[in-house]
Amino acid sequence: MVYTPIADSDDPHALHDPQSFISKYVWSQDHKVIAIQYALTALSVGLLALVLSGMMRLQLAFPESFTFINPSNYLQFVTMHGMIMVIYLLTALFLGGFGNYLIPLMCGTRDMVFPYLNMLSYWVYLLSVLILLASFFVPGGATGAGWTLYPPQAIMPGTPGADYGILLMLISLGVFIIAFTMGGLNYVTTVLQARCKGMSMMRMPLTVWGIFTATILGLLAFPALLVSAIMMTLDKTLGTSFFMPAVLSMGADAGYTGGSPILFQHLFWFFGHPEVYIVALPAFGMVSDVLSVHARKAIFGYRMMVWAIVAIGALSFVVWAHHMYVSGMNPYFGFFFATTTLIIAIPTAIKVYNWVLTLWRGNIRFTVPMLFAIGFIFTFTHGGLTGLFLGNVTVDLPLSDTYFVVGHFHMVMGVSPVLVLFAAIYHWFPKVTGRLLNTTMGKWHFWLTFLGTYSIYLPMHYLGFLGVPRRYFANGTSDFMPDSVQTINISITVAALIVAVVQLLFLFNLFWSLKHGEKAGSNPWEAASLEWQTPDTPPKHGNWGAELPVCHRWAYDYSVPGHATDFIPQNEPHNGEDSLEEMSAHPEEDH
Amino acid sequence: MSMPTPEQAILKSGSEGAVADWASDRETFHVPWGKAMMWIFLLSDTFIFSCFLIGYMTVRISTPVPWPIPSEVFALTIAGNSIPLVLIAIMTFILITSSGTMAMAVNFAYRGDRKKVVWLMAATALLGASFVGMQAFEWTKLIVEEGVRPWSNPMGAAQFGAAFFMITGFHGLHVTAGVIYLSIVARKVHRGDYEKKGYAIVEIAGLYWHFVDLVWVFIFAFFYLW
Repeated sequence: MVYTPIADSDDPHALHDPQSFISKYVWSQDHKVIAIQYALTALSVGLLALVLSGMMRLQLAFPESFTFINPSNYLQFVTMHGMIMVIYLLTALFLGGFGNYLIPLMCGTRDMVFPYLNMLSYWVYLLSVLILLASFFVPGGATGAGWTLYPPQAIMPGTPGADYGILLMLISLGVFIIAFTMGGLNYVTTVLQARCKGMSMMRMPLTVWGIFTATILGLLAFPALLVSAIMMTLDKTLGTSFFMPAVLSMGADAGYTGGSPILFQHLFWFFGHPEVYIVALPAFGMVSDVLSVHARKAIFGYRMMVWAIVAIGALSFVVWAHHMYVSGMNPYFGFFFATTTLIIAIPTAIKVYNWVLTLWRGNIRFTVPMLFAIGFIFTFTHGGLTGLFLGNVTVDLPLSDTYFVVGHFHMVMGVSPVLVLFAAIYHWFPKVTGRLLNTTMGKWHFWLTFLGTYSIYLPMHYLGFLGVPRRYFANGTSDFMPDSVQTINISITVAALIVAVVQLLFLFNLFWSLKHGEKAGSNPWEAASLEWQTPDTPPKHGNWGAELPVCHRWAYDYSVPGHATDFIPQNEPHNGEDSLEEMSAHPEEDH
Repeated sequence: MSMPTPEQAILKSGSEGAVADWASDRETFHVPWGKAMMWIFLLSDTFIFSCFLIGYMTVRISTPVPWPIPSEVFALTIAGNSIPLVLIAIMTFILITSSGTMAMAVNFAYRGDRKKVVWLMAATALLGASFVGMQAFEWTKLIVEEGVRPWSNPMGAAQFGAAFFMITGFHGLHVTAGVIYLSIVARKVHRGDYEKKGYAIVEIAGLYWHFVDLVWVFIFAFFYLW
């Protein structure tokens, strides 16, 4: 007898149906429940990181007003805010949350290929979060080394948390990488090997392409972080000298000799730069789908979009040292890495043009997810343009370590992916819960967040031009900083606090709509992709009822000429209408 | 556009054909899920070991203290003669032999000869265990007799001990995990657990085992021979 694994099985009972509350909601192997667990954990820890950023802003605007914020605390807030947002919120939510929920539904499978491993992935992730949070409560507190954790300072006395905080951070990262690997192997294998009949790679929604490519990047980039975490742990605990040169500490020889701090920077950024795209590529994919659905138009240049995602993913491995122009490395490296960095702008610009061209003459519905998606095009373009400044060595040198850098990466890697996350939550919430999020609250949430982020980050670019350094507890008085710096800092803080409070409105909306939201039906946005065609909403365990779906077309058949509705679901057979998929694949031919 | 059948996909030539091959529906590689996943995992693991080895090479260049000469450090005195690298040579031979027995196990697994599979996998696991045993002997000798520590050693650069214990330790953990993995699979083969599912699992375990072998060849070349 030929063995049929469960994700391919036509028999839904081949799955281990949950028997009790515990196996249904706690130790669940259902990708949808695991996705929600990932998402809730990531959002909770992200909320903490948001509070930390609020404390930083309070200190910067009103120095000496808050006795509970001292310089050590401030550095700890900076570090933990950065690490939590990048790794434990964005990476976990995009891949563990949306990856888990959407891959099986969009590819037409019953579950991930290895559900048990998938469940383990979440629990190990939760463990890594708990270890991270524990670091706030050990003697000396959490590490204050900055999210890049550069040695020697990260493990030397004088840096907050240099005793236990840094160790817990390194261990937590190691545990997170194990969790990510277990989940990531699942996502990649599911996309490659378990798609439904008719679902070729070139028919997958761009969301799946983004998550798939980002996961591959993660599997190849996280090893460098794991290795650097292991080496730094050994430097700290056993006194090895991988990253530690001979240094004096408090006037005495620290006992290290001959290590290379630059080695850490290379390893860290070999992970750190792909990490940017681990967060950005799923966002690119999701925003493409949201734009296409709500503009009632096929995504412009689907194939080009796919190749751009793959090209960006590949290029992201050869640009890492553009984070190290001021590290003292060989200047010829700077030349090479500036060139590769600027080459990345080509596929990225293709994507931005294609998003705009998707909107061009579309039948745009200004729903809340669409507002967030359009907002993303703005913030991402602005963040990307300032990236061109920082990618060039000579321009980067004076701007390095100033608020210009803070403004740049918060626009491109903070605000932009978060706007897509909001778009995605408003867009897919009806599939997850069966109810729509409240539109009025959603619009308030969008406008205040969107305008608020501009009032936070645009002035930061100006502060950077003035030369205001980042990560400083207080600026004091100096000749190069005019008094207006403080005024700007106050206005940034006021905007930041307003934006933070608006997020509470969003959280309220999540819980309120869960109970009181308008009933959504199975396909409220009239979307064509497969996840909206499930027999039940929310989809039940096994997703597809008695029979697996068959995919007959790509995910972008919107406004097809000669068809009664303005969208055609992916699982509807062809009926003589024009094929947008064929036209997109061979635009030069006459149809 | 109708779905391209495999035949149509083959008919396309050049880059378009390659894309069509990879983009067929259901599965990209015609292999079981476990095997695809193992390959991806090994690719990820390759990056881990590459980072370890690059890190080791970097600190070897960066340290101002002379590097100990591996062929002298890893010599054993047998019958009054100091023979360089003799233990490592034996360990390497054992590990490569175990890849041979593993390959034979995979062959017999697909022929359905369960008894031979169990014996060959047990032999592979035993060879792996003896490799770990010899590694323990090597570590003990270095620590107790030569005074090598992760943070210092009498022969030269401190990074020698640090890199040695870290890299061989991480590889030794992989071998140990492999021995456990092979033992579990061998036991399940013995019980007949795979009669229904098929014996791809033996090949998957074999992939992991060959990988651990291959990594050793690189560690051998870069750490002991350089």
